[in-house]
Amino acid sequence: MQKDDLRIVGFAAVVCIVCSLVLSATASMLKQRQAENVELDRKINVLKAFGVAVVGEDGKKISKDRVDQYFSENISEIYIAKDSGEVVEGMTLAKLPKEELKAKTAVEKTMLPLYLWKEDGKVRKYAFPISGMGLWSILNGYLALDSDLSTIVGLTFYKHAETPGLGGECSSDWFQNQFKGKKVFEDGKLLQFEVAKGSAEIKYPGGSDHAVDGISGATMTGNGINRFLNRDLQYYEKYFSRIRG
Amino acid sequence: MAKTRDILLDPLSDNNPIAIQVLGICSALAVTVKMETAMVMALALTTVVTFSNLIISVMRKAIPAKIRMIVEMAVIASLVIVADQFLQAYMFEVSRQLSVFVGLIITNCIVMGRAEAFALQNPPGPSFLDGLGNGLGYSAILLIVASIREILGSGTWFGHDVFAFMPESFHYMGNGLALLAPGAFIIIGLIIWAHRTIVGKFETD
Repeated sequence: MQKDDLRIVGFAAVVCIVCSLVLSATASMLKQRQAENVELDRKINVLKAFGVAVVGEDGKKISKDRVDQYFSENISEIYIAKDSGEVVEGMTLAKLPKEELKAKTAVEKTMLPLYLWKEDGKVRKYAFPISGMGLWSILNGYLALDSDLSTIVGLTFYKHAETPGLGGECSSDWFQNQFKGKKVFEDGKLLQFEVAKGSAEIKYPGGSDHAVDGISGATMTGNGINRFLNRDLQYYEKYFSRIRG
Repeated sequence: MAKTRDILLDPLSDNNPIAIQVLGICSALAVTVKMETAMVMALALTTVVTFSNLIISVMRKAIPAKIRMIVEMAVIASLVIVADQFLQAYMFEVSRQLSVFVGLIITNCIVMGRAEAFALQNPPGPSFLDGLGNGLGYSAILLIVASIREILGSGTWFGHDVFAFMPESFHYMGNGLALLAPGAFIIIGLIIWAHRTIVGKFETD
């Protein structure tokens, strides 16, 4: 090997080491703040699914304190055993085993979180995470149901990596607002909820209370939502059927 | 000292990266729907191009010619990732809206172009100014495009209603075209045309 080549390899190595040191230092320095942002965003999305106005009339997002206040006053979190549909007594987010925290979708979990919205000591609304593959990425969102456990209060998607402008529209208000008031349960059984290809009107003339318009150019994202939304609803149905009475 | 001033000011108009060199068009189309995102993108790019020029200029005599592009890329990529990390930590909402485009600063031709064309041949001081000037030139066009698009498309500027003085019944209805990529193409095209006519720069065969 020539002396020149050695110098090139040496220089490249130094550049690589310096760059990676700088990057890991930055990443670990900012990690906590970033994690706080993500956690706050997740909580805001739970509130949004519950139908809380998360953006005020002045266009400002609600403050962290207000979010925490909602979580301490109105919201409590319980865990449901996926197989039996029974409440896991005494389980909290902090006590969850590591494998559960790593699980990306309900398929991999054995305990499913459920948020209860309480007013005057009574549970008025239920919300739970829904997640699964879209076209490119796993979509993460929340679905909230009314106390009758059949009407959708709200749905949000907050974390995904679908194509901006196409599948990425799943996090836009027009798409999510369509779900409000739709039914997931009727006449004693779970309905197949549907994000239609294109307009729901075409498939169901006169409208349907279990279908919404799809996103143009994002049929695959819509199909993904159909798959995991109905799948996750079935998991929670084991618990819901017990309390529906 | 006239030369130093030229290094900084030339890219603002006479040698503007977007209007004259037609570089960095991709992000100029993508992030100019709203002033807020355009502003943050402009700041991020200006920071990256300024410091990549500075760092590469400092190293210019040591960089082996054979791997100079890879070294430039490594420096630029590191700076972009650092900028992206800071945005995620301190401007979470905006970083969400900018999504992939901060990361795509790596491939922005302006950054690589200035490193190759200027920083490799010039000392750190002028390189720093050249980076800053080009960043500001890019920012200027970005902010002009974003102003036009936000006002035409949404009737707002930095989120504030600019047509608030109009009576309720005559309220401005946003022009959807301005919000879409074709609208941005048309606006950038018109700006480049107007700019070149004013400064008298034309491409001749």
